[in-house]
Amino acid sequence: MVRTGRFFVEGAAEGIALVLAAPLSFWGGVAVESGEIIDRSHPDCGQNVAGRILVMAGGRGSSSSSSVLAETIRRGVAPAAIVLGRPDPILTVGALVARELYGLVCPIVVCAIDGVASGDRIRIEAVGADIAALHIGNPFSPPCGEKVARSAG
Amino acid sequence: MPLQLNALDTAMLNGDFGPAAASAMAILAAFSEAIGAPSLLDISRAHVDGCLYHGQASLDFVERLAAQGGRVRVPTTLNVGSLDLIHPELIRLDSAQQAPRRRLMQAHEELGCVPSFTCAPYQTLFRPSFGEQIAWGESNAIVFANSAIGARTNRYGDFIDLCCAMTGRAPAWGLHLSENRRGRILFRIAGLKDSRAATDGLYVAVGLLIGAQAGEMIPVIEGLPPPRDEDQLKALGAAAASAGAVGLFHAVGITPEAPNLAEAFHGKAPEATVAIGPGDIAQALRQLSNAPDGAPVAAICLGTPHFSRREWERFLPLLRDFAPRAGVPIYVNTGRATLAALEAEGLLDGANEYGLVAVADTCTYVTAILARLDGVVMTNSGKWAHYAPGNIGVRVAFGEIEDCLASAAAGRVTRVSSW
Repeated sequence: MVRTGRFFVEGAAEGIALVLAAPLSFWGGVAVESGEIIDRSHPDCGQNVAGRILVMAGGRGSSSSSSVLAETIRRGVAPAAIVLGRPDPILTVGALVARELYGLVCPIVVCAIDGVASGDRIRIEAVGADIAALHIGNPFSPPCGEKVARSAG
Repeated sequence: MPLQLNALDTAMLNGDFGPAAASAMAILAAFSEAIGAPSLLDISRAHVDGCLYHGQASLDFVERLAAQGGRVRVPTTLNVGSLDLIHPELIRLDSAQQAPRRRLMQAHEELGCVPSFTCAPYQTLFRPSFGEQIAWGESNAIVFANSAIGARTNRYGDFIDLCCAMTGRAPAWGLHLSENRRGRILFRIAGLKDSRAATDGLYVAVGLLIGAQAGEMIPVIEGLPPPRDEDQLKALGAAAASAGAVGLFHAVGITPEAPNLAEAFHGKAPEATVAIGPGDIAQALRQLSNAPDGAPVAAICLGTPHFSRREWERFLPLLRDFAPRAGVPIYVNTGRATLAALEAEGLLDGANEYGLVAVADTCTYVTAILARLDGVVMTNSGKWAHYAPGNIGVRVAFGEIEDCLASAAAGRVTRVSSW
């Protein structure tokens, strides 16, 4: 399926979805060395966000999550992209700062997240000003549409 | 509607004020666009929560602004850092760990920020006044400025607070605007016995309860006993901002935007009403403790948020009354300016005999200060009790300040007050 979303940080990405059962605070919730979810009260504790398309209803908790997201991006253990059900300024700032400092892009998209499951293959591309298209396929077939090489950002 | 920038914003973005201002404006504009703000507005002050080291990215951001010759455009105070620069011997980090943490604090000073290193900037000369537009980071400071003072800030945080300081601008959005400061959920306190009403624990408990239940709505509290001083409102706000995302509360008859119920709700009806009784308060406080009475105490931690001058004046006579000599350190976090004045006046003389360890510039739950982590730490702070178990891995007992001192004297969790 193809779903339309709004970019809060624009960029192209492709990867396997990790759909969280609850919003995650990056501060106190994600190990910056590895991308592992370390919040013991979180239902997805022990999963790893690195390289995944992280899908969750929203952000949560301390604004220090901006720094933690930026640091995971710098270390290369951030999600390939973050897909949120509602906007989150804290994660947006973290991704913007990493883009400013290091030229590394972790796109942030807000769209409906129902029907997306962990393991789905998702490809995100820009189709207009701030408009994202999410191509969502099952894990065993390529996402619909032909893969187009794009430069990040 | 896209973000509208004025001529000054655009000039800044285009580099007319130098590369650091341009970079800060680019991030601020993108953030403002992302949250749907129509424009930016002027701020008169900022408080930056950027001195806690979360990794190299924290430092790279500030270093780049400093290397570009950046300066803040409005008076800007700094929140706590990861080190106590006044008492470096307290910090249990090796020099390699300390170096980037020290540099982060110093780089902020190079940007022209005031080296206040306190989470209670409202206790400094830089306290804002009613109606002032400001951009503050640090959750307890934000809720205090909005609620107890009536200044106006959103819940700014990492990076964006500094971008506001570097540009003197903030998004015209959220709590900066009158219409968004309207109360939406009513918490009605009833059934309190007078003798218990105004203890510090009450304010902590009410903070925890509204924080947990207000969600995105601005809470209005009716029936809150008049606080002894603004420190009790500080404790309430800090607990609310720890248990939830509260950036502003109104207390009817107490806080400046709530002279009465109708004004707190801007003449509209509450969308929900929650009753708070003595049982709710007792339960909220019980849940802050994860150690039983009688357990050995490793330390007492007070001053989260930073102890005010008034709190010291209340605490010091109690310390001398309880005269604890069981070898339990009593850490008290406070602002460096507050501490300097106390020391100059000799008010702390001899207090170390009772285990007093004054901590400045940082806080005992965000860095490695505590000598022992194996026992129970007792605190009078809802915020400390909320965060310390996760941050530094200790067991916590919450109590009134008298309970904390009685426990220090006995060497184990002892209660002389009760909820």
